[in-house]
Amino acid sequence: MNLLVCVSRVPDTATKIFVGPDGKTIDSKGVKYILNPYDEFALEEAIRLKEKNGGEVTALTVSADDATDILRNALAMGADSAIFIKAPSEPDSYQVAHNIANSVKDKNFDIIFFGRQSVDFDSFQIPSMVAELLNIPSASVVSKLEVNGTKVIAERDIEGGKETVELSTPCAISAQKGLNEPRYPKLPDIMKAKKKPIEEVPFFPVEAAVEVISIALPVNKRVGKILGDSDADINEIVRSLHEDAKVI
Amino acid sequence: MKKILVYLEPQNNSFKRVSNELITAANNLAQSSGSEIVGLCIGGNTSIYPSAGQFGLKKLVSVDFSGAYSSTAYAEIVSQVAKAESADVLLFASNAAGLEIAPRVSAKLDAGYVADCVGLEVADGNIVATKPVYAGKALIKTKINKSTKVFSLRPNVFTAIKNDVGSPEVTNFNANISDNDKKASVTNVSTNAGKLDVSEADIIVSGGRGFKEAGNFAMVENLAAALGGAVGASRAVVDAGWRPHAEQVGQTGKTVSPNLYVACAISGAVQHLAGMSSSKVILAINKDKDAPIFKVADYGIIGDVFEIVPKLTEKIKAVKG
Ligand SMILES: Cc1cc2nc3c(=O)[nH]c(=O)nc-3n(C[C@H](O)[C@H](O)[C@H](O)COP(=O)(O)OP(=O)(O)OC[C@H]3O[C@@H](n4cnc5c(N)ncnc54)[C@H](O)[C@@H]3O)c2cc1C
Repeated sequence: MNLLVCVSRVPDTATKIFVGPDGKTIDSKGVKYILNPYDEFALEEAIRLKEKNGGEVTALTVSADDATDILRNALAMGADSAIFIKAPSEPDSYQVAHNIANSVKDKNFDIIFFGRQSVDFDSFQIPSMVAELLNIPSASVVSKLEVNGTKVIAERDIEGGKETVELSTPCAISAQKGLNEPRYPKLPDIMKAKKKPIEEVPFFPVEAAVEVISIALPVNKRVGKILGDSDADINEIVRSLHEDAKVI
Repeated sequence: MKKILVYLEPQNNSFKRVSNELITAANNLAQSSGSEIVGLCIGGNTSIYPSAGQFGLKKLVSVDFSGAYSSTAYAEIVSQVAKAESADVLLFASNAAGLEIAPRVSAKLDAGYVADCVGLEVADGNIVATKPVYAGKALIKTKINKSTKVFSLRPNVFTAIKNDVGSPEVTNFNANISDNDKKASVTNVSTNAGKLDVSEADIIVSGGRGFKEAGNFAMVENLAAALGGAVGASRAVVDAGWRPHAEQVGQTGKTVSPNLYVACAISGAVQHLAGMSSSKVILAINKDKDAPIFKVADYGIIGDVFEIVPKLTEKIKAVKG
């Protein structure tokens, strides 16, 4: 099978965020960047499919910064090769989706995998957008996947339950936790990954659709009434919830 | 902004609550921009249409669709309606269906799209959308530089306001859908029947690792029952196998914005906060006075959950009579 996994380079989830001097982006100084956690589920699933059915796994990223580090992670997990599309400046989702679609449209991938969201902009939008641009079906937030020839059965999380979606290849799948347990690359895999090819592809020039006006840290408008555990304290909390906040 | 198209989702005998929230949000935008509003409902029972009028919807486009739900087909229908109506602003819910359809529609219409908005306002003739980023650690304000603009709105953040305008005027639309548009279709839906889901509950009581074992969650269930709410959990609890993944709140779980979120023995790790910090009122119970959860809490009780939760349950039952 010919499999593609789109990955992104994001700040470590535990990183403290500071607003940069332009007021529109975060200050990247001191930020540790990692492979987007959900992309690991996507990579793992693609690698397992390859191990079962044969074929190739390609990892791809679009990034304004040098993202070869996370592509090497993907290669160490088991991807065979990687594509790096370097953007001239921080791309928006529209630019990323168009770049992915444009660079893969003639490559006949059977399944294009994504993480369900990237933990920087938390938007859940690239997978379905790319699928639409390529005119292929998709299933997102998938926690179980069965692939039988060209037939794909995906189980995805919805409010209050699960939905089974039937689709056929070529298709796009966005991965949710629960799909699998991503592997940790071993030292020999990491060494091997250094020799695997990373192809640089020029950025497909397309204007951003969304412009950031400002970025700010949320202001805490919370009441902040923190009491002890005496009966009087608990009574007071119950009274506040009932009379002040009116939520019970 | 000429016309706002609001994507409405039928559920049993009404529209989903979030659909009414979208109508209110559209009304607010329309007031400051003079746009028209039209609702769109695909499938579902037409007898529920008048209920949308109670929230101020005057016009509704109805599309008859029998057969299984299909994200590809629904996206095609929405864009056909958007074109026919010359809608230039489209609103969806940031939920399982909305998050699949909205990006597809935006690609079909070559629109700009901002997902999971928690604020929308009109400034200088454009819509400024606010959305949380970096797991809720920052908020960005954005605007779309395309003539067609698509937004999805986080459920339960925009309050639905009653504004009865009578039954909406209904137009039937015949969508032109081929088999090719049904390339992904739902063959089965399983729901946790009878159990309130965290993503749709007004009140959530969540428990964390501090409960020590699965059996102790009975305390959390009792408090949730007393409040008429749903049970939630931190990832530590789900990973330990004490609770199902469907109950997990946070970045890897569900994003929730209930009226009341009670966090019991949950430390308040950033990934947990990502899922619940837009809750309207937060009550935290933790024995560690320095637990980060207290930084986002409106109300807090410092102490042992094993003592506090049963007491709190009794006192709440008394207040609720
Ligand atoms: C990529 C990634 C994604 C993640 N996604 C999520 C997510 O979606 N949701 C999520 O919740 N986490 C998520 N996490 C995990 C998160 O970082 C924390 O590990 C987790 O939230 C901790 O759960 P907890 O608060 O229950 O446990 P702990 O951090 O162990 O905290 C337990 C708390 O209980 C208190 N306590 C203990 N005993 C008592 C008692 N008797 N009475 C009162 N208080 C008591 C302690 O003081 C402590 O504050 C994610 C992590 C990563 C890296």
